[in-house]
Amino acid sequence: MSPLLAQVEIRERTEGTCVSDNGFCPDWIVDNFDRYVDPFLQHVLLTVVAMAIGFVISFSLALLAYRRRWLINPITQVTGVLYTIPSIAAFFLLLPVTGRGFLTAIIALVAYVLLIIFRNVLTGLDNVPDETKDAGRGMGLTDRQLLWRVEVPLALPEIMAGLRIAATTTVGLATLAFFAGAGGLGEQIFADINFKSNVVAAGGLAVALAAVLDGAILLAQRAITPWTRAASAR
Amino acid sequence: MTSSVSAHTSGPSARHSAATLEFRKATKRYAGQSEPAVKELSLTVPAGEICVLVGPSGCGKTTAMRMVNRMIDITDGDILLDGQSVRERRPAELRRYIGYAIQQVGLFPHLSVADNIATVPRLLDWDRERIRARVDELLELVSLDAAETRDRYPAQLSGGQRQRVGVARALAVDPPLMLMDEPFGAIDPINRERLQNEFLRLQREIRKTVVFVTHDIDEAIKMGDRIAIMQKGGKLAQYAPPAELLMQPANPFVEDFVGSDRALKRLALQRVRDVDLWKAPLVRVGESAAEARGKVAGSEVPYPLLVDDDGRPLGWLSERALAGDRVTDERLSRPDPVLELEDVLRDALSDLLAEEAQYGPVVDERGAVTGVLSIEILSHALKADLEAVPSRADAL
Repeated sequence: MSPLLAQVEIRERTEGTCVSDNGFCPDWIVDNFDRYVDPFLQHVLLTVVAMAIGFVISFSLALLAYRRRWLINPITQVTGVLYTIPSIAAFFLLLPVTGRGFLTAIIALVAYVLLIIFRNVLTGLDNVPDETKDAGRGMGLTDRQLLWRVEVPLALPEIMAGLRIAATTTVGLATLAFFAGAGGLGEQIFADINFKSNVVAAGGLAVALAAVLDGAILLAQRAITPWTRAASAR
Repeated sequence: MTSSVSAHTSGPSARHSAATLEFRKATKRYAGQSEPAVKELSLTVPAGEICVLVGPSGCGKTTAMRMVNRMIDITDGDILLDGQSVRERRPAELRRYIGYAIQQVGLFPHLSVADNIATVPRLLDWDRERIRARVDELLELVSLDAAETRDRYPAQLSGGQRQRVGVARALAVDPPLMLMDEPFGAIDPINRERLQNEFLRLQREIRKTVVFVTHDIDEAIKMGDRIAIMQKGGKLAQYAPPAELLMQPANPFVEDFVGSDRALKRLALQRVRDVDLWKAPLVRVGESAAEARGKVAGSEVPYPLLVDDDGRPLGWLSERALAGDRVTDERLSRPDPVLELEDVLRDALSDLLAEEAQYGPVVDERGAVTGVLSIEILSHALKADLEAVPSRADAL
């Protein structure tokens, strides 16, 4: 075991209690909730920053590849390799280069979401009906106007679907970010992995975060793609 | 609603211009292909007329149309819009002043009907109020209820409604030229006929120059002021008004494409009001039978036609109805088919045949009988056509 996993004493060990039995103790969770706030916020920060950077990079790559088709294969391959590197491995590989800390974790997390978002943006753009593009061009939209007023809006359902997958994946992977020394809920989980209350509290927060992000993106998608529901409303 | 603004004379855009379009040896050659897609196409479409490009698939008709707004670039030759070469203008800018309607319509699914129609006005920076007024005006123009349709998404419309919105969108900035690529091709036959009629009615008001692409010769004959028949290799086989095309096909290809029934097709060029109808022996129940017999004797139609007080046809009477002193209501048959003055002769003929009738009462706008159309009149109309045409048509 790496010294990173050194057990930290997070509770007193009075014999014969729920706590000493490593049980699930709601009272303890309520009393000790403070200790999860910072890790939780670190987790949110890791996820959101990684998602934001990952989105900007992969969205730009997708736009490039959409116009220059020959880029699709190389980009898919490179991001595919990044996607398949286990993230723990990525954290350790990066340690000699970027050292321990937030940056290292972010790089690994970003690398992981690139393929997911890239593929969804590209699929979304590719699925825009030809006649819609033809009509747009025929009416005098420039390529840029067509992209931002027609193609990107119509790709939104796919793009948002990609973001949802990326968000839940990132929340999960960020629990390993403490390997890179970036904290997060994972650090809390592994601080006392035998203590059910601890694992449930920290793990539950991670699950809740994933669910909330997923729901938030879904709501955002509904808000910005009202036409997708109009069809079924008929 | 700004329905007080007249759609026809003083709307938010009342330029009502139409452009003259000239193809001057316009040629499109694709790299790696021996045959050009369009070969030295030369024709002029006078302002305000509908020119139909028709031909079998692969004849280059769509390519020819798409060269006009530079969706496809011209290899050789030129296309002039009011004397100005389209090649001198930036494509996107050129296209904003050329209406564009295609078979699949291509409405933007994520935009409401109003926003779809507002596409080009927004590109041209019209102000909000003007756009709003124009959208409503256009929806009325294409027979859609503005209040009801405006905020819908394309997915919430029927095929025919979508097509109408497509036409409205193409007309948004009142362009002097419209390009229409099989605009009614994906619509079922009944609605297609309705949309065609609507567009012709619309065209009488707006008088645009229109390039209309279709593979359907019947549609071409119906819609076109002039028809350009194209054949494989992008060559123009004949460019002429429909009547001339039917009566004097320029070569065997045209003759074949127009079809061996082109004599019948000519009936599509004339309407019921264009021919001399027979006088109908109109009788009413209770009038003197002797007088009624006199009417029948003085008419080419051998049966008395019973009408109501407003002159609307009720049915053909048998001889027994006139046997007594007064006309009685003893009907031989219903008056079907009842024809209208605006019907084209081809449709009238097919109605007569469908009812297995020799005679069809013709009614005016109010529904009152103005005369009778018979199979004999139709056959005269056909013969008259033939006599009017010298040379080739004699061989028909």
